[in-house]
Amino acid sequence: MTNVLELRGITKRFPGVLANDKVDISLREGKILALLGENGAGKSTLMNILYGLYKPDEGKIFVRGREVEIEGPNDAISQGIGMVHQHFMLVPVMTVTENVMLGIEPVRGGVFLDREKVAKRIKEISDQYGLEVDPHAYIKDLPVGIQQRVEIIKVLYRAADILILDEPTAVLTPQEVEGLFKIIETLIKGGKSIIFITHKLKEVLAIADDITVLRLGTVVGSIKPQDATSEILATMMVGRDVSLVVQKGPAKPAEPVLVVENLYVRNERQHLTVQGVSFNVRKGEILGVAGVQGNGQTELVYALTGLLPLESGSIHLLDEPIHRATPRDILERGVAHIPEDRQRHGLILTFPIHDNLMLCTYYKDPFAKGISLQPVSIFKNAEELVEQYDVRTPSIYLNAGTLSGGNQQKVIVAREFSRPIELLIASQPTRGLDVGSIEYIHKQIIKKRDEGAGVLLVSSELDEILALSDRIAVMYKGRIMDILDADKTSKEQLGLLMAGVHPAESSRK
Amino acid sequence: MSNTTAPEKKEKKRSAIWSELLVPVLAVVSGLILGAIVIVVSGENPFRAYGALFTGSFGSPVRLIDGLQIYSATGETRQLLRAFYPLTESLVTATPYIFAGLSVALGFRCGLFNIGAEGQFFIGALSAAFVGYSIQGLPMIIHLPLAILGGALGGALWGMIPGYLKARFGAHEVVNTIMMNWIAFRLSDWLLDGPMKGPGFRPVTPTIFETAELPRFFPDPLRFNLGFFLALLAAYLVYWFLFKTTLGFEIRSVGANPDAAKYAGMNIVRNFVLVMVLAGGLAGLAGSAQVLGVDYWVGQGFSAGYGFDAIAIALLGKSHPLGVVLAALLFGFLRSGATNMQSMASIPIDIISIIQGMVIVFIAAPEIIRWFYRIRAVKKDETVLTRGWGS
Repeated sequence: MTNVLELRGITKRFPGVLANDKVDISLREGKILALLGENGAGKSTLMNILYGLYKPDEGKIFVRGREVEIEGPNDAISQGIGMVHQHFMLVPVMTVTENVMLGIEPVRGGVFLDREKVAKRIKEISDQYGLEVDPHAYIKDLPVGIQQRVEIIKVLYRAADILILDEPTAVLTPQEVEGLFKIIETLIKGGKSIIFITHKLKEVLAIADDITVLRLGTVVGSIKPQDATSEILATMMVGRDVSLVVQKGPAKPAEPVLVVENLYVRNERQHLTVQGVSFNVRKGEILGVAGVQGNGQTELVYALTGLLPLESGSIHLLDEPIHRATPRDILERGVAHIPEDRQRHGLILTFPIHDNLMLCTYYKDPFAKGISLQPVSIFKNAEELVEQYDVRTPSIYLNAGTLSGGNQQKVIVAREFSRPIELLIASQPTRGLDVGSIEYIHKQIIKKRDEGAGVLLVSSELDEILALSDRIAVMYKGRIMDILDADKTSKEQLGLLMAGVHPAESSRK
Repeated sequence: MSNTTAPEKKEKKRSAIWSELLVPVLAVVSGLILGAIVIVVSGENPFRAYGALFTGSFGSPVRLIDGLQIYSATGETRQLLRAFYPLTESLVTATPYIFAGLSVALGFRCGLFNIGAEGQFFIGALSAAFVGYSIQGLPMIIHLPLAILGGALGGALWGMIPGYLKARFGAHEVVNTIMMNWIAFRLSDWLLDGPMKGPGFRPVTPTIFETAELPRFFPDPLRFNLGFFLALLAAYLVYWFLFKTTLGFEIRSVGANPDAAKYAGMNIVRNFVLVMVLAGGLAGLAGSAQVLGVDYWVGQGFSAGYGFDAIAIALLGKSHPLGVVLAALLFGFLRSGATNMQSMASIPIDIISIIQGMVIVFIAAPEIIRWFYRIRAVKKDETVLTRGWGS
């Protein structure tokens, strides 16, 4: 068995950071190599080097035994290396065909685009690898799972035989993940070799042939899946033992803090994305909202926190209506919000950490007296929170943008938890975070529950929902399909609900 | 864990200030070098030109020594004062630049592009002049502050209109402030030839009363007056407001990340209006300072582009009040020295516009400077200084 791809001694330095330190990895022909590591472990840097976006400071790249220089994505493509990015690079208003040919458009008669030729080739590719897709459909009309297929087709259309899939399952339902794994199998049968980047241990164990674990820019080790367990992999990733099971006692729910009745919300583009949602959250319990991203969860949270107006329906917080309340009113009534997009809503990256730690309470004592800010109190607060919530930073005076994703999230958690709260709304609280950070944030959320706060947890990670929730609501196309007790449900049942299928109905069929 | 000690913080601050200053300073130096090349190409001597520029903006050392000698010998101050004339004149020119630069900088801090400083300047000047010439018999201690305030209010009104339009209807402030400029120009044309026309046939306002004049510190022809110190005071107040108050914190938050500002419960549109009112007021003060301290009346074409140069000043000063003061001084010295350069070395005044233009290009595209001088880019907000958890 030969190696189609080998990286030897790759080193990449950024100012102040050694992103990759003498990294060796090899990909066997026709096999799946899983590249496992926490955020900031150097996976993305390594792949960007391979794809020609960064130039390594040291090290060599061998493709099929020959040393190559990769100066840019075009070099990578001509070497047969293709990359499916975590964030899709598709133009929504164009068709599948147009997206696939973008950049290498074939022309007829010198000036006319030859769409048909491309569509035919797409059909061939989809037949060969089981990548069903309508070449004439518009991207914006396709579900995320299908969009991902288009990305894979794009890579195959460019005749890649080494595929890099960057966190491909992050946006998929469990069923879609199954579908993706089938596609990967066909790709391997068709002679392709695949690098699969992820931080999800179970997926690695399910499909990889080889596993290489990165930590802090270096290769910690390589292991075969049959020799590994989730615990072994987690320990390799993090460098210490981590508990993968969230420890929590039974919930002691009391009276409701949040009562939502028949809520309708329009998003910024005026689409009615929440359609008649009713539920309540009680003190001392965690209500999980499961669902594939983009089924109205975002707008539901925006409406609850005052970021979007209600179309109709009602929201009561501690028996008081908050229909027309501003974000500040809601905040002052004891709602903490960990926003879905931490860099868009949660932080001002160009502001120092100490300012981000008082972003919602800057106008109050002790941070301000009248209109005059009180730097001494602001710094003291920041020093205390950084210590208490273990934010890893050399200084509170640095900008929030200098922090890693996990530490940025800890800044938000520290800020939101530092004031008295009745209701915690946590939206995708661990997205993109490493195992250690996830463990920490989960513990904090459960602690808030045990202190008597109501928790609304919105997450597209089913494992997270199952690990934390006491009750689970599943959202699909703006509606709540069902609300279930967490201990009386299964992943399969939730997966079906997430896809819009009521298990009772499907079994009847 | 944070472990920064106080001296370390100071040290960091100092090096941060250095790296902030490096690019603007190099931009100015490069602008001057390119200006010199243009002068050579047009067949003149750049040393002579820049010599004249220097003596025109700072004064001639020879004259200064002469003046000192005459003064120590005879007690006669006229020669000495003349030697200081270019320097004070540069400060006089810089005064409206400081105010107007602060106006644009304040807008930038809130994410607003105030192109309307020119119109606000004009309306401010007209309002200040009106208060200055229409009220008679007040003591200076009342009349002067009233005239200054009048100018500020006029400008503030002119800034508030686009601010309100943005807040209420989402109308873009760039379009609206440009429109407000044209309204201000045409309105002033009418006012100067109509209701505000002074005696005589020229379309100019009457001269303001002495009680509304900003006091001058030296006898004629030195026009150096209190306005310069008011401008410095304004810069300090803007600094305090932006960085030491909750209102400034809100403004900077809205400018840096409006989504996060909204999330944090800040009222974004209220901040838009507030900032446009304050920015208009500052531009209005620029007009006040010019009319009450230098010209004493307003005529057509009074502003000569202060409000537009202010955009360049705010950019060069990185929207920081201290940076704005430094940039405004630079513009003041260049503008005021250019007149001398034209008469002494017969270099057209336009060369200054070329230099200013180059400086702005370099500020707007700092990569050129970094590449040319081989400065390693410090991408502050991209460097990840912390790592994952398990480290």
